[in-house]
Amino acid sequence: MRLVVKDICFAYNSVDVLSQVSFDVHQGQIVGIIGPNGSGKTTMLKCINRVLKPRVGTVLIDDKDLKTLSRKEIALEVGVVPQNNEIRFPFSVMDVVMMGRSPALQTFERESKEDMEIVEEAMRMTNVLKLADREIDQVSGGERQRVIIARALAQRPKILLLDEPTLHLDVNHQLEVLDLVRDLAKREDLTVIMVSHDLDLAARYCDRLIMLSKGEIKAAGEVDNVLTPDNLDEVFKIKAYVKFDEEIGTHRVNIISVSENGRDV
Amino acid sequence: MPEPDITQLYTAKLSKWTLIIILLVVALFLSIVITLCIGTVNIPFTEVLDILFGGDGTGNNRTIIMQIRLPRVLMAGLVGAALALAGAAMQGLFKNPMASPYILGLSSGGAFGASLAIVLGVSFATGLFAVPAMAFVFCFLTLFIVYNISKVKGRTPVETLLLSGIAVGAFFSALVSFMKYLSGDQLSSIVFWMMGGLWRADWTQVLVIIPFIIAGSLMIFVLSRDLNTMMIGEDHAVNLGVNTQAVTKVVLVAASLMTAAAVSVSGIIGFVGLIVPHILRIFVGPDHRILLPTTLLVGAIFMIYMDTLARTIMAPEELPVGIITALLGAPFFLYLLRRRRRLTGW
Repeated sequence: MRLVVKDICFAYNSVDVLSQVSFDVHQGQIVGIIGPNGSGKTTMLKCINRVLKPRVGTVLIDDKDLKTLSRKEIALEVGVVPQNNEIRFPFSVMDVVMMGRSPALQTFERESKEDMEIVEEAMRMTNVLKLADREIDQVSGGERQRVIIARALAQRPKILLLDEPTLHLDVNHQLEVLDLVRDLAKREDLTVIMVSHDLDLAARYCDRLIMLSKGEIKAAGEVDNVLTPDNLDEVFKIKAYVKFDEEIGTHRVNIISVSENGRDV
Repeated sequence: MPEPDITQLYTAKLSKWTLIIILLVVALFLSIVITLCIGTVNIPFTEVLDILFGGDGTGNNRTIIMQIRLPRVLMAGLVGAALALAGAAMQGLFKNPMASPYILGLSSGGAFGASLAIVLGVSFATGLFAVPAMAFVFCFLTLFIVYNISKVKGRTPVETLLLSGIAVGAFFSALVSFMKYLSGDQLSSIVFWMMGGLWRADWTQVLVIIPFIIAGSLMIFVLSRDLNTMMIGEDHAVNLGVNTQAVTKVVLVAASLMTAAAVSVSGIIGFVGLIVPHILRIFVGPDHRILLPTTLLVGAIFMIYMDTLARTIMAPEELPVGIITALLGAPFFLYLLRRRRRLTGW
């Protein structure tokens, strides 16, 4: 599996949000998209599965242009965990995960035994099997996030897109969800693209980072090549140093202060 | 705790759904037969069954059953099913418990069209089709206006849709009141019809509305699964391959088809489209694949009994059934809302 994003340009009401964004991703990698508010992270994610249709540019999965696929076909290639997962209706956890099979089913087609097995497997991988009977509006935020990931897995996608998967979660749930994502990438060889606000978590879990600034890629590549003091100063307007933490085996962003050029007053 | 077996759990759920639907179909059939027994002359259950399956019955009982009561009972069932299903689909689409044909102004629009035909004799069609044709035209017109006003950059945000529905509905309600004012010696007939009644039922009316209700129901049933994902969230639905814009349009058209059918033969009957789906959400949950068929069946059963009450409670006088559904429906609805709020999800 190989995802190629080529020359994506996107504008909302003729204001450029993304210009000339290109990158590619290899199977089993976790790629983090970071950047300040308004830098185009979520737009980028939505352009990948064509929820938003870029003015220019192509997205290829294994050399297949997503432009040529229907929405249902795209849903079988790309699974998404959106940002807002607040669900107010008492669907059971099992039913929510089963919705992941809907792109593979005809209108009045009943779920086959195979569909049910796929759902069970997705629920086992995400450790939500024991919640099967519970109502989705009654489970915790971390559990709900795992259920939505299970639903995305039930789509049997080649790529998993996550938009701020740790937003509104307690610290332990943040780690739990991202541990799961890392496990899936490793064990299932799943390709993951994840938008993140949290630089430390992005550094800790991603194999590669893409730093967006005002709709353009400022830096892309290995964590230590992207999270440099200069980039952080220029894009995030913070003075920081980045150190490898031996104890947890990951890079950490240590913020000293707001940059001189980043102060609002 | 042993891990649940999804295949077993899910298969059991599907079987339960099938069982519920079979039971409700039986209940509907029994309700039809039971209410056919009731009237100025009470006819025994077994005799009604015999007549339904081709028997002659005693005296002119066959005529009473086949020509008077059966079309009335069937029409009540059709109207109840149409209103309840239209309500369920709209509530699901708008994720809003108040969404119903009334909020989008469809009922008022349809009622105005129908009253134009009744009072002024203005219609595109003639004879028996004059009133329903005008109701259909104005239901669609209302839908068209509401939908286009509320469309922002190719999308229809729920807020603008509901608000423009209220505005357009108010406009047509005012026009209906104006028609009442103009109607002179037809006033009582208009007023009675506006309160919602099925006393004009006959076979012709039944046959006129059947195709519209079948078409509308099928359009909605096809979208059950899409409506489920849209309730989770529009972005979720899109990511699961649903064309949410198309679903929205089809549901609106289908709901207006069914509303127009109901309004054109029975005036404005309230609360059915609101209460029936709510009660079923409590019992069968939010999944449209079971919610929609059960709402259709229970809507029919509910209306059949309400109308039987309407035609017998003050016999030989008739009470408009809309008064009964409102009097019984509103307090029951409030009680349910208070007590089971959590389970309904809103």
